[in-house]
Amino acid sequence: MAALRGSSVRIASVATAFPSGQSFTSIKVAETEEAVRAGAHEIDMVIDRGAFLSGDYQRVYDEIVAVKEACGEAHLKVILETGELGNYDAVRRASILSMAAGADFIKTSTGKVQPAATLPVALVMMEAIRDFVRETGRPVGFKAAGGIRTAKQAIAYLVITYETLGPEWMTPDRLRLGASTLLNDVLMQIDKERTGAYQSADYFTVD
Amino acid sequence: MAITKKQSTALAKQVFEYAPAPEAVDHVKILPRYGLFIGGKMVAAHSKKRFPTINPATEKTLSEVVDADEVDVDRAVKAAGKAFESWARLPASRRARYLFRISRLLQERSRELAVVETMDGGKPIKESRDVDIPLSAAHFFYYGGWADKLEWAFPNRKPTPLGVAGQVIPWNFPLLMLAWKIAPALAAGNTVVLKPAETTPLSAMVFAEVCMQADLPPGVVNIVTGAGRTGSLVVSHPDVKKVAFTGSTEVGKLIQRAIAGTGKRLTLELGGKAANIVFEDAPLDQAVEGIVNGIYFNQGHVCCAGSRLLVQESIAEPLLEKLKRRLSTLRLGDPLDKNTDIGAINSRAQLEKIQGLVESGVEEGAELYQPECVIPERGFWFPPSLFTNVAQSYRIAREEIFGPVLSVLTFRTPNEAVEKANNTPYGLSAGVWTDKGSRILWMAERMRAGVVWANTFNRFDPTSPFGGYKESGFGREGGVHGLLPYVELN
Repeated sequence: MAALRGSSVRIASVATAFPSGQSFTSIKVAETEEAVRAGAHEIDMVIDRGAFLSGDYQRVYDEIVAVKEACGEAHLKVILETGELGNYDAVRRASILSMAAGADFIKTSTGKVQPAATLPVALVMMEAIRDFVRETGRPVGFKAAGGIRTAKQAIAYLVITYETLGPEWMTPDRLRLGASTLLNDVLMQIDKERTGAYQSADYFTVD
Repeated sequence: MAITKKQSTALAKQVFEYAPAPEAVDHVKILPRYGLFIGGKMVAAHSKKRFPTINPATEKTLSEVVDADEVDVDRAVKAAGKAFESWARLPASRRARYLFRISRLLQERSRELAVVETMDGGKPIKESRDVDIPLSAAHFFYYGGWADKLEWAFPNRKPTPLGVAGQVIPWNFPLLMLAWKIAPALAAGNTVVLKPAETTPLSAMVFAEVCMQADLPPGVVNIVTGAGRTGSLVVSHPDVKKVAFTGSTEVGKLIQRAIAGTGKRLTLELGGKAANIVFEDAPLDQAVEGIVNGIYFNQGHVCCAGSRLLVQESIAEPLLEKLKRRLSTLRLGDPLDKNTDIGAINSRAQLEKIQGLVESGVEEGAELYQPECVIPERGFWFPPSLFTNVAQSYRIAREEIFGPVLSVLTFRTPNEAVEKANNTPYGLSAGVWTDKGSRILWMAERMRAGVVWANTFNRFDPTSPFGGYKESGFGREGGVHGLLPYVELN
């Protein structure tokens, strides 16, 4: 926190019993408030998949509304954990529901469940965003997380974002890619451009 | 320092702009002039008349071909008649071997064929490369498989070949239509005289080379080039036992009249004005892709094109908005560019026909939408177009435009959709978009169309029969049904 003072780096924090989302709403709300108080600019929440898959959409919706309220000024990313939703219809329904409940971003995955982000799932979510914007005028961001390991894969996500949502989404406040593994590949590609040869993976630290 | 939103948006536009990606043409050899393919070799024609075939995207002449006359056609039919005696008696598994060989050669020469098809016809290279050529090879492969299994195709009957088949094909899918015609004819033991369309003869000339490469016995396949007159000479030649034609309903009627009473077998695959029907529960973005594929594929030069869009009124507004947005992203231009969606219109005559019909639509009161797009200076082009406020009675809703022009109509109930969809003299294809399986079946039962696609459009496979109702023709091509027009069942 102290190290970042005065910089443009923003702080994001997970909350709401990440990654399972298996806890009481009151605890999730309290956790969110605590994270915001500790300085988080963005909160990543997970939806209650148990409730969603059993058809209790109201509960999922109410919980997002409550967490959004607890966020105050902080931005809310809602993680759908698409790898557990079972099909594209459910992904679309969860996307619309999250945006209607106030999500500033919808995000594919926690990264703890496989499969995480895939291109078809990303397309379904982006088309949902496009429809939501059309209906409400409120832009919502998209984040793909988990499974994007190489620069080449990342480019594929950039291309479908550009083609589906347009150039206005090609900015950090509307598009994010989960980058923990990706970062080293990007560094490797940069080094390749610089030296003309690929370096061993061991020259890039795994943190 | 972080860049601003404005900067990143501008940067994205710059980075993701499509760069030119033209397919190379240096590996393709197009001769300055071609003869006729008769009796297993390219021969000089009797006719001294020739005509140029041009690239519709540049208007440059690619080559010159013969306008075959009576003597040429007679030679070709005689050569086919002579070849028939031995070809029909050849063990069926040997005939199969030739078909498989042709199929493999088409695959081997697919890149060259795709470029020739695109240069001669104007269709985008991604279509000739991914659809026309692979499907052509697949047709030969499929019918090669039937050649020695005809008794299983027609159980308890003895199928025998008919003789010489006279085949006349259109310019929209030159090589694919050739494959649709030649593959089943040969598999069943017939020999053929084929006339390619006058604006697109070149892939048939490459196919003649393929026949020679495959060591196909002389005269089994003969190819004569020319215009309508040559076509009428082929179909009316007395030694031709079977006529197969794909093209306009107008010419189809002429052919039917010309051969009436001769005992010749006839199959016709003619025009269409297909309804593509979207119900309110359909996945709209997916439907938009299907609508685009249905009408803008091959510049709408598709007999089964989904040229009438019937939308349920409750979703008409969002669907049209999505469709218009999608239209604005279609790239029109150089057909050889791998990113091109809309290529060149096949000929000046066709362009004028499209322009005339579009004008009639505007005059009759329909509302025209065309996205902004840059039209190249040379060549024949028409932007992807969409008409709203269309009544069933307008010419653009009744006549086949054969261009990238969609007429949008609405309906409220499934019954109304059926009534409007069937209210056409044609009946080649239809599309149904709905999430509900039972509704797909309900609709398919009621559509008077040879093919009904559900949640897809323009999907083809050699195993699936294709053909029309009403003025769209009769007879089926593809599948086991496609063999029937080429055999006598004893």
